[in-house]
Amino acid sequence: MDVLIFIVSGTLAAATALLFAAMGELVAEKSGMLNLGIEGMMATGAAMGFVALSVSGSHSVGFLAAAVLGAVLSLIYAMLTLVFRANQVASGLAIGILGLGLSSAIGKNYEGKTVTGLEELDLGPLSDIPLLGPMFFQQDVMVYLSIVLIFATWYLLNRTKLGLIIRAIGESPESAHALGLKVRLIRAGCVAFGGAMAGIGGAYMSTAYTPLWAEGMIAGRGWIVVALTVFGTWIVKRVAFGAYLFGSISLLELSIQAFGVNVPSQLMSAMPYIVTIVMLAVISRNPVFIRLNSPASLGATLKLN
Amino acid sequence: MAEPTPLLRLRGVTKAYPAVLANDAVDLDVMPGEIHAVLGENGAGKSTLMKIIYGSVRPDAGTVEWNGQPVDIQSPAMARELGIGMVFQHFSLFDTLTAAENISLAVPGTIAELSERIRAASAQFGLDVEPGARVQSMTVGERQRIEILRCILQEPRLIIMDEPTSVLPPQGILKLFETLRALASEGIGIVFISHKLDEIRALCDTATVMRGGRVVGVVDPRVEDAQSLTRMMIGREIAPPTHGAERGDRHTVLEVTGLNYTPEDPFATVLKDVHLSVRSGEILGIAGVSGNGQDALTRALAGEIVLRSDKGSSVMLEGTPIGALGPDGRRALGVNFIPEERLGRGAVPIHTLAENVGLTTHHGGLVKWGFLRLGQRRQLASDTIDTMDVRCGGPDATAQSLSGGNLQKFIVGRELALRPKVLIASQPTWGVDVGAAAAIRQKLIDLRDEGAAVLIVSEELEEIFEICDRIQVMFRGRLSEAVRVRTTDINHVGLAMAGDFDALHAAPVEKEAALG
Repeated sequence: MDVLIFIVSGTLAAATALLFAAMGELVAEKSGMLNLGIEGMMATGAAMGFVALSVSGSHSVGFLAAAVLGAVLSLIYAMLTLVFRANQVASGLAIGILGLGLSSAIGKNYEGKTVTGLEELDLGPLSDIPLLGPMFFQQDVMVYLSIVLIFATWYLLNRTKLGLIIRAIGESPESAHALGLKVRLIRAGCVAFGGAMAGIGGAYMSTAYTPLWAEGMIAGRGWIVVALTVFGTWIVKRVAFGAYLFGSISLLELSIQAFGVNVPSQLMSAMPYIVTIVMLAVISRNPVFIRLNSPASLGATLKLN
Repeated sequence: MAEPTPLLRLRGVTKAYPAVLANDAVDLDVMPGEIHAVLGENGAGKSTLMKIIYGSVRPDAGTVEWNGQPVDIQSPAMARELGIGMVFQHFSLFDTLTAAENISLAVPGTIAELSERIRAASAQFGLDVEPGARVQSMTVGERQRIEILRCILQEPRLIIMDEPTSVLPPQGILKLFETLRALASEGIGIVFISHKLDEIRALCDTATVMRGGRVVGVVDPRVEDAQSLTRMMIGREIAPPTHGAERGDRHTVLEVTGLNYTPEDPFATVLKDVHLSVRSGEILGIAGVSGNGQDALTRALAGEIVLRSDKGSSVMLEGTPIGALGPDGRRALGVNFIPEERLGRGAVPIHTLAENVGLTTHHGGLVKWGFLRLGQRRQLASDTIDTMDVRCGGPDATAQSLSGGNLQKFIVGRELALRPKVLIASQPTWGVDVGAAAAIRQKLIDLRDEGAAVLIVSEELEEIFEICDRIQVMFRGRLSEAVRVRTTDINHVGLAMAGDFDALHAAPVEKEAALG
């Protein structure tokens, strides 16, 4: 029982950082913007959130600072690609590298230090339910917010006018422009949202999941986020499923080590990445489905005058 | 008696681009409820004029009056606010969205409200559209109807239609005309851009004829005949193409049997059991609205799609199977292909004409010991330019610097220089001006008269009836049986283009003049 509680509750926490960043990236990619700088934005968010929390003592300030800096970084990417029409892939990679450098500069004097993590939200009697309580209802507020974000993202993209406009721009920015939609503005907004969410996801890593700062602590999660959106075929529930799958496998890894099973640790560390990508690739084979959901202009340089 | 105020009045509108005077002191009056044709060849300045009216291009000089008031239309958004709507030639629809969602991007209101309005307007103007259907599964005609509905629901006073019939089968054109007449009877002014004379004569109240950026006449098209309009539009007579007599020894050169092919793109048309044969000394025309499998068919014939024999699909050249060969192998055997996209597929845009000529003709002695023979290549390019009367800056001009018609003439000339046994041409005169189109058609007929087998894929029925000996119709990946051009007419082929292949055989026999 304890193992089950450990895995389920741990999965929810482990997936949270990915969910924030992935929902943000999903919205950005739906508008046609392939932001490959997520890894750097998460790292910057992690460093910024940690420092802001250390200085202010407030978790809210930490998350806010991380979100703002993530959004600022992503707006540089938006400016390069939307105003100067730079290649999306190259710009994204460059901003990602900039973000990694920025994170180590911001966190330089805090290397190895710790902070108090986020407290569990008091849900009263819910937390006391046997089995279910410790599995689902002894989590911090960001875990619940990340679940709210899944539904909010789905609702935004599929049930609102703004979502329709985002999808239309992602499919054909030229046609959208001809209809008088503000392509650059909407895309910049989507990218900024993605950057802010990546910042929050990064800050969750450094101030809640493992409340310490160490350079390189994002460890490729930004790339997993990019993979989640693509292999999740830009469908909210599949992306969320991928995030939880990733979280659960990384928990499984810890449990197996705890049981003393002798598997090379490198293989174990690679497992979440391998399993998540293989699973998503397998469930996403239907080409019609991919065509219907993929933003056709993703990654293409804007051709408006 | 005071003249009624025109809805739109242009006076002396002029727009110069660095190399060309696109509009030179153009005057245009459109009355409420009038269907007004703007007629002219490609490059006559029609598009620039429409862009000025729609606010996406600003004129250098001249005035625009809207309902008698001078206006300065600064953007498409402003044009829409005034009540000017535009239906584009290339649709600006989103494939993955539904009809109602597409319309809601331009028209305020919830999807439910809009669906209601769409149904009402559909009924009123004869525009069948299912609001909840996704665009990607729709025919070109349905897509156009959504475009028109989107325009109508913005309640415009003036609608600009940019070459709206170029994508429709004949029956669809008649239906569109009914819709346009219904709109005009509501007092909406319609500007109808076209270069098809018979359509303008059937539909429009007034025609403004443009040539070289100027207005060369404002006429009543119903009282003019096609010849006088043509003369006005291009400034000279165009001789109808001349056919040589049919030859006796017509043997089958290219034969396709049981061709099945499923493209990778899940929304592309699947070819189902296609049969065709082209004999020497004839032109076979494949009619049909584009998107019905023509792209896959031409690729399969040209070798861009290599067929595996195990599916029973066979392509034979004079009895030899060639289905397993790629484009280069087939060209070496005399099967040449002219694709519909000139820039990027028929020619490399940034390469010179001399370099482009070498793309397909290197088998013909342009390569020795692995080295290019640049002198010969240049000579071949010069010869092609001369024989085809290509207007360009010589063999060193880049392909992209030529107009569409001139580049197409060059590409046709390049393929003809190879003296093909089989020539496959996809939309050979698409987007080409009338003069160049006539020259290209004549060259294709000459090739046929020399005994080659020619296969033309075309959306323009006039073209097919003008130059082809036999017709097959393509619909949803299937190909009808072949009929002789002289035993059918445009209406029956039109029915077949909408899927009724039996109509081809119901056609009256021995009809000499298919075009009325």
